[in-house]
Amino acid sequence: MAELKSVIDLLETGSPSSTVEIRLQINGATHHLRIEPRVSLLDALRENLSFTGTKKGCNQGACGACTVLVDGERILSCLALAVQYEGRAITTIEGLAASSAGEDSLHPMQAAFVEQDGFQCGYCTPGQICSAIGMIREFQDGMPSAVTSDVAASSMELSDEEIKERMSGNLCRCGAYVGICDAIREALDSGVLR
Amino acid sequence: MKNFAYARAETVAGAISLLSRNANSKFLGGGTNLIDLMRENIEQPDAVIDVTHLSRDGRSDSGIHELPDGGVLIGAGVRNSAVANDRLIRERYPVLSQAILFGASGQIRNMATTGGNLMQRTRCHYFYDGAARCNKRMPGSGCDAIGGFNRMHAILGASDSCIATHPSDMCVALAALDATVHVQGNGGERTIPINSFHHLPGDTPHVETSLRSDELITAIHLPPLAFGRSSRYRKVRDRASYAFALVSVAAALETGAGAIRGIRLALGGVAHKPWRAYKAENTMLGAKAVRETFESAAEAELSGARGYGHNNFKIELAKRTIVSVLTELAEAGGVR
Repeated sequence: MAELKSVIDLLETGSPSSTVEIRLQINGATHHLRIEPRVSLLDALRENLSFTGTKKGCNQGACGACTVLVDGERILSCLALAVQYEGRAITTIEGLAASSAGEDSLHPMQAAFVEQDGFQCGYCTPGQICSAIGMIREFQDGMPSAVTSDVAASSMELSDEEIKERMSGNLCRCGAYVGICDAIREALDSGVLR
Repeated sequence: MKNFAYARAETVAGAISLLSRNANSKFLGGGTNLIDLMRENIEQPDAVIDVTHLSRDGRSDSGIHELPDGGVLIGAGVRNSAVANDRLIRERYPVLSQAILFGASGQIRNMATTGGNLMQRTRCHYFYDGAARCNKRMPGSGCDAIGGFNRMHAILGASDSCIATHPSDMCVALAALDATVHVQGNGGERTIPINSFHHLPGDTPHVETSLRSDELITAIHLPPLAFGRSSRYRKVRDRASYAFALVSVAAALETGAGAIRGIRLALGGVAHKPWRAYKAENTMLGAKAVRETFESAAEAELSGARGYGHNNFKIELAKRTIVSVLTELAEAGGVR
């Protein structure tokens, strides 16, 4: 009886318990879907909308393979319900390359990963790249990190130690970390980000 | 994960009303802990009430506000990364900014809310393992961590029912800063001091906080602390980043003429709640700001500590980390 009441009360607020109809803004396009509230953003992307570039690694927030950008900020799509992110601008690895005259040109971070061999098997790469883009934006916004010696300082350098700390939420089982750090450094130094 | 009804609350009153009207419902903040627990079937709500879209009604907004007395009010919906990067917090309470930055990963800090961080549940493996006995998950079933693999477990304030630790870094800094938790429920608004917000396990380890079943956390208040600038957070863990604490220390120190004028000390990773080290603080006030003072203070605080086998090392580790952090603060001159 309590369960029935719960469903009725939530029906009154406009949210039936079995499925909900939502609109997700992904890579600049609107997608309509009807899903159960329990579907994660990761599963909605991969299983409902075929954006399979975003990878499922641990599915418990430990590996970072599912990292996507929401309004430019990096988040873990496995620890997010799709319904929470209605109305937000979601960017996946598929949405990073710029398209003009039918030709795709890689995002500078993607190009740097290719140039610096920032991967081996490639499974963690979409998450690494989305995370790196979000990380650079955080740094450019003045965000300190756990290894920043003085969090009250108004300016800081993005040392290799800083890059490693800020990227620690993305694991690479192949151990391509040296190439990943070099790629992020190259993308940052190229000055084309932001 | 069991399916559930989902609703977005638009006001604090609306959120509380939805919670009260729906048996077995949960508030949803960033979701970084709750969704994981739901996926493991440890939490099985029938309804989830999203409180990250509350309108700015002056109490529940997503801002960080400077108060006339020099304190700061942080809305419960403010993301952990926004608190860590806030200019006021970084300058007046660097220990809080650091503690947040030492927790989780960049992605998770962008999702997690201030209120949600307070409501994190333990990361005890036996709590997560449905095949294990756990008094927190199933009251009365027993505790497999006692006598089990308990390297990560509590050394202070534990009980025969539960030796789990509280996983938050942010809350350790809040404990040192004497923060106050603002909550609202059917009975109106009230405030709860952070150091009585989380409970020790006793024989009811499933009762983790003072929050009532109809209440929503709306804000965290940081009172002014003149020597807050002279504060820092140290976290000792099994890897250099992105791991839960074995032991952590949040401290603030004020010195004058070589003596300790003001001291705040809290420990993480050692108890069922963020552990405010009142015993140690009391031995240090007025004493010389030297290593020997810090050592005897650490001894006093850990005198009642108890190891459970694999975690015996934490007792010595906690003492050494306290001494190291306080020595660093003293050498930096007490107040920056």
